[in-house]
Amino acid sequence: MTQLALVIDLNVCVGCHACVTSCKEWNTSGAAGPLCDENPYGADPTGTFFNRVQTFEVGQYPNTETVHFPKSCLHCEDPPCVPVCPTGASYKRKQDGIVLVDYDKCIGCKYCTWACPYGAREIDEKQQVMKKCTLCVDRIYDQALPEADRKPSCVKACPTSARLFGDVHDPESVVSKAIRENAGYALMPEWGTHPANHYLPRRKTNMKIHEDELERVDNPLKVDGKLPKPNMKDPTLDDVTTW
Amino acid sequence: MKPALSVVFLTTLIGAGQGLFLALFTQQSYALFDLLPHQQASFYGWGSLLALLFTISGLVASFFHLGRPERAWRAAAQWRTSWLSREVIVLPAFMGILFLYAAAHLGGFDPVLVVLPSGLNIHATIALGILGTLLAFALFLCTGMIYACLRFLQEWHTPLTVVNFILLGGSSGFILATLYAALFSPTQVGFLGGWASIITVLALLVRSASLWRNARLRPKSTMQTAIGIKHPRIVQKAQGAMGGSFNTREFFHGKSESFVSRIKAFFLIFVFAVPLLILAFNFSNASVALLCVAFFAQYAGLLAERWYFFAEAKHPQNLYYQGKS
Repeated sequence: MTQLALVIDLNVCVGCHACVTSCKEWNTSGAAGPLCDENPYGADPTGTFFNRVQTFEVGQYPNTETVHFPKSCLHCEDPPCVPVCPTGASYKRKQDGIVLVDYDKCIGCKYCTWACPYGAREIDEKQQVMKKCTLCVDRIYDQALPEADRKPSCVKACPTSARLFGDVHDPESVVSKAIRENAGYALMPEWGTHPANHYLPRRKTNMKIHEDELERVDNPLKVDGKLPKPNMKDPTLDDVTTW
Repeated sequence: MKPALSVVFLTTLIGAGQGLFLALFTQQSYALFDLLPHQQASFYGWGSLLALLFTISGLVASFFHLGRPERAWRAAAQWRTSWLSREVIVLPAFMGILFLYAAAHLGGFDPVLVVLPSGLNIHATIALGILGTLLAFALFLCTGMIYACLRFLQEWHTPLTVVNFILLGGSSGFILATLYAALFSPTQVGFLGGWASIITVLALLVRSASLWRNARLRPKSTMQTAIGIKHPRIVQKAQGAMGGSFNTREFFHGKSESFVSRIKAFFLIFVFAVPLLILAFNFSNASVALLCVAFFAQYAGLLAERWYFFAEAKHPQNLYYQGKS
């Protein structure tokens, strides 16, 4: 069974909000109607977003790190928001595990937001229906797009490739490998929601330099110069240095 | 959580309606076994219509909670998984029984359905009453479970939530029934007032238990599990939106600590102390005016209680919005 998901590398995210604006641009222009904003140019602007980037400071000055934290629907494998929906507007697709809202069925009771520990859903204040990340479901299957563009628009927009997209149930997919090899983790694992989206932790980027990389072990006299030419008949590694 | 006013009104109004019906049918059940004098049919009939009025008001209030009230009919679809959906089915069913129970009494249609081996006649209104009682409890269960089933909201995720809805609705309805009896059948004031006192005392015990429990809760989620970084000091610097968002509006009540604790004191006095004192006084000296005060003061207290119930619940998503609280 397929479970599409995002893997977000916190080690690489620079907090540029390109994913936020790209997501908003794509999803406000689609057939499902706009993601409404209120007072966009006023003193107190607010609006509906699928994806937001938050910033946290970890540690005590001067030993701090700034962590940019993109946050969107995690497409849980056991989504608590789905069974509570009284109308069936919230559902999880069997074929690819994407959690979606049918905007034509939603009654705007907001019960699903109470049931989501991540705060991933936002009500559209103008249309009064619940909205959330769709993993760009109207884009990833679009045969009219070139194959390389069949990815969520946040993934396409990320300038540092901090966002990966793929099937986390396929052990050979790029996302599964990233989770496996870089200690990918899920948010709030204590609730048993099994989020499909994973995050890759900050990593220390140390360079290990061995002694012999600074000082050649085959040059004990520390005399640098041209190596003697090998004999005509000696075997060599490449043709360039031969006679 | 931000208290949803429409839900505050819905739960308190239907609670009073359910409690009133349970009180009326309790009296009729006692009368069935000749433990109390059977009242005139109009006593039960108009009482049931009064309960219907309360549940209708609650239903109207609930529509204000919906962003798309015109689609409300769809909410009955997911009764297999959703307690909200179950409530949407049980509430109209209960209202239908309230109407039929009232109609059977007022219309004089009360044939004997079954004669039990002991010679007890089971009338149609008794059968409707039993059905109504079951539905009243089913409705309490649905309403309570809407909150109690949300495991992230640890303040709500306890059987005490359901028991509180039952006892507080029962207390409100039995006090309303006492007032109703004081107006139309003063001989029953002692019986209904007695039960009202017992239920109110039980409600006080259970509500205190839930307050005690919730004051000692340890949040399961922390900043560390929320973003997955194992460092004791994490401070939010940006929320991803300048002017707030749905997340900052829906999950914060926006009132000070002292305001919330004043609301708690207010509801403890008005839901429990005031009606209990009046009921105690009432045994010797039945007064309609005092019972009126008891019911309406308690109703104001119940509104505060339900407000506090929401405000006290801390949603784990608030961890992502530390800057706002």
